[in-house]
Amino acid sequence: MLNYIFAVFIAGSVVCSVFLNTTDQLTSGLLESAEVSVSLLLTIGGALCFWCGFMEIMRECGAASLAAKLFSPVLKHLFPNIDVKSKAFENISLNVGANFLGLGNAATPFGLAAMKEIKKIDRQGDTASDNMIVFVVLNTASIQLLPTMIGTLRAKYGSQSPFDIILCIWIASSCALIVGVTAAKLLNKRRRKV
Amino acid sequence: MTYVFPVILLSVMVMALFKKVPVFECFLRGAKNGLTVLLEITPVIVGFVAMIEVMKASGLFDVLSSIVSPAADFFGFPKEIVPMALLRPVSGGGSTALLSDLLSQYGPDSLIGRITSVMSGSTETTFYAIAVYYGSVGISKTRHTLFCALLADFTAACLAVVTVKLLMN
Repeated sequence: MLNYIFAVFIAGSVVCSVFLNTTDQLTSGLLESAEVSVSLLLTIGGALCFWCGFMEIMRECGAASLAAKLFSPVLKHLFPNIDVKSKAFENISLNVGANFLGLGNAATPFGLAAMKEIKKIDRQGDTASDNMIVFVVLNTASIQLLPTMIGTLRAKYGSQSPFDIILCIWIASSCALIVGVTAAKLLNKRRRKV
Repeated sequence: MTYVFPVILLSVMVMALFKKVPVFECFLRGAKNGLTVLLEITPVIVGFVAMIEVMKASGLFDVLSSIVSPAADFFGFPKEIVPMALLRPVSGGGSTALLSDLLSQYGPDSLIGRITSVMSGSTETTFYAIAVYYGSVGISKTRHTLFCALLADFTAACLAVVTVKLLMN
């Protein structure tokens, strides 16, 4: 799937740039992107190392299993065949917790660690397992208690009450999450029957 | 909310001292792991950023927006927000820049300002998450992940319009 997306989007852009006469911008944009990605990696890299180190401490001192216990009432229904006491379940819980609290740069390292553990359990080679699909969909929908970044931006542009849209955000994001996860679960089930 | 991280940091350290965990050794071991993860996601990010940049620079995004706009307008979906709905799943930095633009242009408390705020708050950068998460563990057959994730994004975009129109005006 990713192979097709990569090829089609890039080919589409090139065709588009020929028609719009933007081939120069396309070339300079592509070269610039290398620079952008390196600075992005530097930003992510430090945070990634820090949070992976911190995660190890949380695991050793029992904070990770505490998080797993806290989220297990909900998460064990989403991942029924992953043991609540396993490393995978702990990592999933830490990722969900970090997302929920708006610690975005912690959520990614936790999530990547979770993917690694899920892969060890499901062992399906280069194919996404049912658990992985539910987990990735969980991460593509936003589950955030307080969207600080948006609040800050709104305040900056002179909003009377920057957080008055929060109820709308909660409704929209939780419905999106339910739709995404339900769709994933239904499609997982359908495939298992076949 | 500013106290969230300090509180977590403090309680973990206290728990670790209480349980006599070799804190710094643990940290170093984990952080070293982080480096391996970083190495695994580097190619994914370089490729992905290049793709997004090419799409933006070539004008493909603008073309897509102008194709979708009339249909969106028909369903009462303000056409000023269409670029946001298209860019949001693809690029976090790009959609934040676009949000700033729209907020300064229309004002944060206008209909358009509110809808874009809700839209950015209720979705994530879907393509980026899929590429990085699967890329880090070498998964290439993603099955129905993209479909479900985009369905969720579409739901969020529609509900952003509906909730703001119903609850805020």
